[in-house]
Amino acid sequence: MTAATLGAGTARRGGPAGRAARGLLHRLLPLVLLIAGWEAATRASDSPFFPPPSQIVRRMRDMWLSGPANHLYFSAEAGDSIMPSLGRMFLGLALSVVVGVLLGLALGRSEQALAYLEPLLQFCRVIPPPTLVPVFIVLFDLGTQMQVASIIFSAIWPILLNTADGARSVDPVQMATAQAFRLSAVQRLRFVIIPSALPKIFAGLRLALSLALILMVFSELLPGTSDGLGFELTNAQSQSDLPTIWSVIVLLGILGYLFNTILLAVERRILAKHRAGAKG
Amino acid sequence: MLQITGLTHSYADGHLALDGLDLTVPDGELVSIVGPSGCGKSTLLRCTAGLIRPTGGRLTLNGAPIGGVPDDLAVVFQDYSRSLFPWLTVRDNVALPLRRRGKSRAERRAAAQEALESVGLPDAGRKYPWQLSGGMQQRVSIARALAYRPSLMLMDEPFGSVDAQTREDLEDLVLQVHRNEKMTILLVTHDIDESVYVGDRVVVLNRSPARVHADLPVSLPAVRDQIGTRSDPEFVRLRAEVGRLVRGGAKVAGAAPADADRGT
Ligand SMILES: Nc1ncnc2c1ncn2[C@@H]1O[C@H](COP(=O)(O)OP(=O)(O)OP(=O)(O)O)[C@@H](O)[C@H]1O
Ligand SMILES: [Mg+2]
Repeated sequence: MTAATLGAGTARRGGPAGRAARGLLHRLLPLVLLIAGWEAATRASDSPFFPPPSQIVRRMRDMWLSGPANHLYFSAEAGDSIMPSLGRMFLGLALSVVVGVLLGLALGRSEQALAYLEPLLQFCRVIPPPTLVPVFIVLFDLGTQMQVASIIFSAIWPILLNTADGARSVDPVQMATAQAFRLSAVQRLRFVIIPSALPKIFAGLRLALSLALILMVFSELLPGTSDGLGFELTNAQSQSDLPTIWSVIVLLGILGYLFNTILLAVERRILAKHRAGAKG
Repeated sequence: MLQITGLTHSYADGHLALDGLDLTVPDGELVSIVGPSGCGKSTLLRCTAGLIRPTGGRLTLNGAPIGGVPDDLAVVFQDYSRSLFPWLTVRDNVALPLRRRGKSRAERRAAAQEALESVGLPDAGRKYPWQLSGGMQQRVSIARALAYRPSLMLMDEPFGSVDAQTREDLEDLVLQVHRNEKMTILLVTHDIDESVYVGDRVVVLNRSPARVHADLPVSLPAVRDQIGTRSDPEFVRLRAEVGRLVRGGAKVAGAAPADADRGT
């Protein structure tokens, strides 16, 4: 959105490459200013709780990017903390997508099932997932199982409910067309219902992604954890190692931004036809 | 043979759209259906297609009651733009129903391309429906029905959005497949000339709720052409007659007054 607007503003000068570079520059400018201000302020105050960004970056590099070149410089510690976290998050997210989309499609196409179950589902959705983590600790094995379960339980609702909503609101003329040409149930799903629900599924997926990231960290703050970013955070906290704490925070911000950007790019590519169709 | 007896349908909101409509269509006949806007023509086609279950009356196709959508039936929807799938290319839209026909991918594509060429869109296959004009989209939805090679085709104002020249070409195309494939066709139109030009028969419906107001055989030669047929005295007589009937005129065949009274 913002990128497009800014890009349009500078469109008169230079070719597409120059335009893109200038667009990026405009977008990064506030960030650069913020970091510079932060650096200046933290250096001036010299508080142990607020290390300057330069120190945080150095710590991040030492911790995670000091490995050999053939590992793309990722250190062993990056493998021990970042990878398990991301592994659990993506496992949880992938299972949420599979189960959420399948159940969502089934619910969306069955008016009665949806009418019966929607209140219950909405109820489950509004429970703040962290409050359920203690329950999962009792229900599941400590560690990965419990963590993945927490992620699924938070990420699945937006996917499920959005998919159900999308599957329910297929254009009636499109449905009648599928019926008139006697498409099989599988063909209807594949060529009509899923494509038509896809914009809503993606909207749910974006919500699910941010919830999964939150629960990824939260579930690692609890006992029974032996690796992951959340574990590193608790560890650093017990040692009052503030640069590490800040490093984890900054890394989480970067990861969240990165995943969201990738998801948006994928979504834009896949939904290009839908958007144009809706406009025309 | 399609047999419709006492077809009655009232929508969920209580609106009575069809009230005891009778119509028999022998195999291979092209029936034009005309009637005032909102009288229930689309409802009639939807019932015939098995897309909505009428609240009363009987529909049979070759003796079997129409419960669900009959096999071998194609529909050209009045809402053509909404009946095309925006996420599929034009060619895939046309080829999609052919999957049930057990054809290979190459055969489906060839059939789709052929149908697109027949409606004058040889280069549109790779585009998406929303990249085409309304009239072109309408032709795509006709091509989809033609590629399917149904034995019964229901067309709901299929030429409403195309220019006069293309419209005449499409009328001739429909006449041609009707003759060559012995296809039974119900064609709804607002255009009185068109109803006479393409029809073996013209059925005029009443103002809502619809019943058959008049049923006129078209005794023109089976092979028609845009210039000769339209100047045929029989054509001129029929179109005047249909025009009079659509405007609510009484049937000449005698029993008209009793029939008209029943509506009130
Ligand atoms: N889903 C619906 N629910 C309630 N009423 C409906 C519905 N669809 C159509 N109707 C009503 O039924 C009547 C007949 O509708 P129909 O679409 O069959 O008319 P039509 O003859 O095809 O009109 P047109 O020539 O404008 O296409 C109309 O009065 C319309 O308002
Ligand atoms: Mg209609």
